[in-house]
Amino acid sequence: MQKIYTSIDQIVGDVITVEAENVGNTELAEVTTRRGTSLAQVIRLDGNKAFLQVFAGSRGISTGDRVRFLGHPMRIATGDTLLGRIFNGSGRPLDNGPDLSENLVEIGGPPVNPVKRIIPNKMIRTGIPMIDIFNSLVESQKLPIFSIAGEPYNDLLARIGTQAEVDIIILGGMGLKYDDYLFFRDTLEEHGALSHSIVFMHTAADPVVECLLVPDISLAVAENFALEGKRVLVLLTDMSNFCDALKEIAITMQQIPSNRGYPGDLYSLLAARYEKAVDFETAGSITILAVTTMPGDDVTHPIPDNTGYITEGQFYLKNSVIEPFGSLSRLKQLVNGKTRDDHRTIMDTMIQLFADYRETQEKQSMGFQMSAWDMKLLKYGKLFEDKMMSLSVNIPLEKALDLGWEILHDCFSPEETGIKRSMIDQYWPKKHEN
Amino acid sequence: MTAPSNGRIVKINGNMVTVIFDTPVMQNEVAFIRHGEERLKSEIIRVRGNLAEMQVYEATTGLKVGEEVEFTGELLSIELGPGMLGQIYDGLQNPLPEIAEQCGFFLRRGVYIKALSETKTWDFTPLKKTGDKVRAGDKIGFVEEKIFRHYCMVPFALTGNYEIVSMEDAGKFTIRQAVASIKDQNGKIFPVFLSQSWPVKIPIQAYAERLKPAEALVTKMRLIDSLFPVARGGTYCIPGPFGAGKTVLQQLISRHAEVDVVIIAACGERAGEIVETLRTFPSIIDPRTSRPLSDRTVIICNTSSMPVAARESSVYTAVTIAEYYRQMGLQVLLLADSTSRWAQAMREMSGRLEEIPGEEAFPAYLESRIASFYERAGMVRLHDGSTGSVTIGGAVSPAGGNFEEPVTQATLKVVGAFHGLSRSRSDARRYPAIDPLISWSKYRSFIDEGQKARGQGILHKGNDIAQMMKVVGEEGTSLQDYLDFLKAELFDYVYLQQNAFDPVDEATPRERQIYIFDFIHRIIETEFVFENKDEALHFFQQLRQFFRGWNSLPWQSAEFGEAEKEIRAFLLVRTREG
Repeated sequence: MQKIYTSIDQIVGDVITVEAENVGNTELAEVTTRRGTSLAQVIRLDGNKAFLQVFAGSRGISTGDRVRFLGHPMRIATGDTLLGRIFNGSGRPLDNGPDLSENLVEIGGPPVNPVKRIIPNKMIRTGIPMIDIFNSLVESQKLPIFSIAGEPYNDLLARIGTQAEVDIIILGGMGLKYDDYLFFRDTLEEHGALSHSIVFMHTAADPVVECLLVPDISLAVAENFALEGKRVLVLLTDMSNFCDALKEIAITMQQIPSNRGYPGDLYSLLAARYEKAVDFETAGSITILAVTTMPGDDVTHPIPDNTGYITEGQFYLKNSVIEPFGSLSRLKQLVNGKTRDDHRTIMDTMIQLFADYRETQEKQSMGFQMSAWDMKLLKYGKLFEDKMMSLSVNIPLEKALDLGWEILHDCFSPEETGIKRSMIDQYWPKKHEN
Repeated sequence: MTAPSNGRIVKINGNMVTVIFDTPVMQNEVAFIRHGEERLKSEIIRVRGNLAEMQVYEATTGLKVGEEVEFTGELLSIELGPGMLGQIYDGLQNPLPEIAEQCGFFLRRGVYIKALSETKTWDFTPLKKTGDKVRAGDKIGFVEEKIFRHYCMVPFALTGNYEIVSMEDAGKFTIRQAVASIKDQNGKIFPVFLSQSWPVKIPIQAYAERLKPAEALVTKMRLIDSLFPVARGGTYCIPGPFGAGKTVLQQLISRHAEVDVVIIAACGERAGEIVETLRTFPSIIDPRTSRPLSDRTVIICNTSSMPVAARESSVYTAVTIAEYYRQMGLQVLLLADSTSRWAQAMREMSGRLEEIPGEEAFPAYLESRIASFYERAGMVRLHDGSTGSVTIGGAVSPAGGNFEEPVTQATLKVVGAFHGLSRSRSDARRYPAIDPLISWSKYRSFIDEGQKARGQGILHKGNDIAQMMKVVGEEGTSLQDYLDFLKAELFDYVYLQQNAFDPVDEATPRERQIYIFDFIHRIIETEFVFENKDEALHFFQQLRQFFRGWNSLPWQSAEFGEAEKEIRAFLLVRTREG
């Protein structure tokens, strides 16, 4: 039997305090107000006082409203019935479909035992040469897209999502504009991906507490599919909004802030989510791609900084392209030796020459004289930017490698590339040579 | 010790629980929270009035006010004995493979498994006999464990002198069977087992004296051994921004360092990284012992998503195991990655305790905790005259890659060597990305001091010239300066940088380092004659190519000699002309 309490004696921010007995930490409660019913979660217990974070926000809660404890922590339905569905941050349908309550699992479950993980070894192809060739995405990798407001990061995320070869896509939206939500929904639909997708959407207009739940819900559902042997790709956007929501709650709870107002445990809180990325020894996998917008393009800001220490590299999206310097896939070495034997050669050579091009560009802008070699580099850099870096390019890895050889051939003699002879003999294009 | 007593929860805030008690409790005492069938381990970290504040080593989901807490009367301790080598423990010394067997993919709260097998038998050989006088730490016998004689020692906690009253003959024993018994001056009898337990936050000091770290610990990384060496029993830190290669560097050192035992403390870092170590080490053969690397390694693994409080204890667990092996007269290397996560765990707890925060909200005792941790390193002379050492290498992950932050600064004060990683070096793919312009070491290198100074001199000079060239261009630089710049670049490219993917180049033994350093030193000192800069550049580029090839040839092989002759001939052309 669940008791109902009506003695709310404090309302601060979205946190209410109620006097109650026999309440478990992180237990869920239902708060019934004039505006309707909202879920709330226990975040602290002090004697007979329970501090509750109200999902729908505290607006309109009266001190006499009813609080009913449910006796269990936050749970979410899982399984195939979720496919093609859209939910909000607390798991309620947004698509006029039925409410689901099958196969409930607790969110924020225990961590995976490190000895049950395996070394990742499968590449996820995306059709984007800057990823496939230069920073390959690997199954079970956790990788953020570092970007700035105004960059097409959501387009990139949607494109990777619809093109990646995975079984299930889970999209977690946090603090998105409503148009972005519609964009994602329509894009998934257009590409026929919605049928194997699940969307948890929190928009900027929704209560901030629901934002906090999105990663946990998305990952709990993903984990369930992965245990059934499915390869799941989780897309999270925008994790900076998640961090800001954490900050808001922490300050409300009068926690001592550490860096720029963010709570001292930001690292652990982010790690608990990102570390859900996993390749199970005998089951499926979870791959996480998350957008992190960097306030002021500052990579030392606490959000990107803490994220960078947790994730296995990052894609750096700047000026609408994936910047080759600053982007890094820490796991690429595990897969790019097994694709085509010229993969690493093309990757290393093209990046090295592109670095030389950037230097030449700098020299040019400072007014130094351009040598013949400099002119070649300038030509090469332009071709590389147009044909490889542009996000409009959409070709499979093998085509992209061939394109790489063509660009090199158009600009340089084989010796100038520094590629070893055996590789040149096998791959150097012969078509234009008289 | 007081009899176990009980308390009740009155407050829950994240992983901190406040408990009301009525019998005496002890600071850092371990207690178990009874939650239904589960018993959750926790530790008292502050006592105020009749309230004890405890950090819980598990998630606190579902805990309720009023639930019962059992105090154990013991400090947080670990079990030290045969069977630790090759094992993978969590921060509280629970063996992770055994947990996986019992719980499957996930860690389950409240599951604690004995660190050492109680049923496995060991072949014991006594070293002492009845009537012998002994004291704490003395070796009374040994068992064979993988690559070592694992000594059975008189419990470290005993003070004063003892006499052996009974001693078992050679035979098979488990860690729960006494192999000897000893009595103190008052005639009180103590049994001695193959294993003993020790509180992790207290250093083991059953040795005669601490010695000054003087002998070099060879890591086979040229940049470290030659320019910024680490001594056995010394300490060093590796701070660096993310992506600069801290972990790769630590992994390389854990493979190649010339020590007997390596303890890896993966503290609050990615699980993926430790997975690589634990999946690959069993199949990598250590050339010194011809046994798998895992045979000399103990992994303490508390990755970033595992409970935060256990992260705090994991570094203490690791250093206690290191000290234990030191007591056997072994050379031990402890690699902690990353001490920043450990400091953050302290910060989280301090915040929950509502302590007045210091800089960046770290607690005021941050510096003293870091200092006392690194102070547990050291070279010691044991009572039997042999020496053992614990060397500590700590990775630091400074927020924003800024070395001014509190953890890096507190660490720099207490370590003997600083290997600072720089983003610009790793962006330029110059690995290891230890910046030779900012790093330092207080230990002595096996490279001749004069040669070393000149090597460092040319690096600084080369850097100055490179900076200037950015402003005035190559045109505005004199040929002499340009040559110095090229020499510095050569030194960096062919000596300081090492290719971790090349089977020969990844580890350079001491003799080879001395030999090659001397060789390059002579190039640095040589006056070359060139017509113009293009010629000089071309010459040094070719020279670099030669050296790269030389670096991948096995030491003292025929090819090695051939390549050397070729380089000497090539150098001669340019020096003769002048």
